Amino acid sequence: MILALTVIVLLLVMVVALLRAFAGPNVFDRVLAANLFGTKTVLLIATISYLFGSPDFLDIALVYALINYISVIGVLRITELRNEQQGADG
Amino acid sequence: MRYTLGMAGALALFWLMNSGHYSPLLLTLGAASVVLVTWIARRMDVVDRESMPLHLLSRVPRYFLWLSGQIIASNLDLVRQTWSRNPDYEPQVARLPLPQQSDICRVVYANSINLTPGTLTVEISADHLLVHSLSARGMASLEGGEMSRRVSELEQ
Amino acid sequence: MSAILEPLSSVCLLLGSFLLLTGALGFLRFADFYARLHACGVTETLATALIILGLMLQATDSALPQFKLLLILLFVLFSSPTASHALAKAAWNAGVRPRDRRGRRDIALPPGDR
Repeated sequence: MILALTVIVLLLVMVVALLRAFAGPNVFDRVLAANLFGTKTVLLIATISYLFGSPDFLDIALVYALINYISVIGVLRITELRNEQQGADG
Repeated sequence: MRYTLGMAGALALFWLMNSGHYSPLLLTLGAASVVLVTWIARRMDVVDRESMPLHLLSRVPRYFLWLSGQIIASNLDLVRQTWSRNPDYEPQVARLPLPQQSDICRVVYANSINLTPGTLTVEISADHLLVHSLSARGMASLEGGEMSRRVSELEQ
Repeated sequence: MSAILEPLSSVCLLLGSFLLLTGALGFLRFADFYARLHACGVTETLATALIILGLMLQATDSALPQFKLLLILLFVLFSSPTASHALAKAAWNAGVRPRDRRGRRDIALPPGDR
C-alpha cells in the first residue's frame, strides 16, 4: 500500500521533471531535469523491486545509478566543449 | 603494499556481498576478477594514498554524523521556503577561502557544501571557492567557518 | 520485531515522498536556474536517504538487498553533489548568472566577477 503510494509520487515527480525538460528555458535546465529524472528512476526501480517482491531489480537500480551519473557528466562535457569552440570562433 | 591489500579486500567484500551465490565455480571467477582488477589498477598507478584514503577512515563517521545534522536542518529550511506562499529567500554569491591543502579534503569540503541544500559550489580555484547560497543564513553559517574547520581536522 | 519495523518503514517512505513532492514543486516554481538546482538538492539528499532507509526496513529473508540499497545510497550521496557542481560550473562558464527570487534582475556578484 505504502509502496504503491511511493511509486505514484515518484512517477508524479518524473512527470514534473519532463515538464521542466520541455519548458527549458536553456540547455542546463534540461540537463538538470534529465538528471532528476534519472535519479528518480533509480528510486523507482528499487521501490518496484519491493512492490513486486523480486530483489533482483536492485542490481538494475545500482547499474542505472552509475549510468545516470556518467551520462550527466558526458552531456555537460559536450556543452562545455561547444562553448569553448564558440568562444574561440567569436 | 598496504593500499593494494586494502583495495583487494574491499573488492572481494564488494563481490561477495553483491553476488549471493557461493558455488566453487563462481567463487573462483570472483577471485579471478578481484586479482585482475587489482592488477589493472596497479598498472594504471592509481593505487595510492589518494585513492585509498585509509588514514581518514577513523575520523569520517563523526564528520558524517555532524554533516547529516546540517543536511536535515537546511532541508527543513528549504521545505519551508518551497511551500510558503511568499518565499523570502535572498540568493547571494560570495567567495570563500579554501584553507585545505590536500585535494581529497578540498573535494570533501566542496561536496559537503553541495550536499547541504541551499548552498552550492560553483567554481573551485587554487585558494578559494565561489559559492551560491539561497539565503543569507546559509551563507553566514558557511562564512562562520565551522564546516571548513571540521574538514581541516580530517586531514591532520 | 516486524511490528516495530513496519510502521517505521512506512513513516520513512511517507516523509521521503513528501520531500520528493517538495523538490518537484520547487523545481517547477523557482524562477532562477540556481534556485532550481537547490530544489533538486532536497530530493537528492534527504528524500533519497529516507526512501532507501524505508526500503531497508522492509522485511526480507537475507541481508543482500539491504547491502545493495546501502551501496545505491552511498553512490547517490557521492555522485549527486559532483553532478550538481558540474552543472553549476558549466552554466556559469556559459554565462548563466544567478537572479533574484522573481527572476527579474541579476544579483550582486563579489568583486572581480562579471
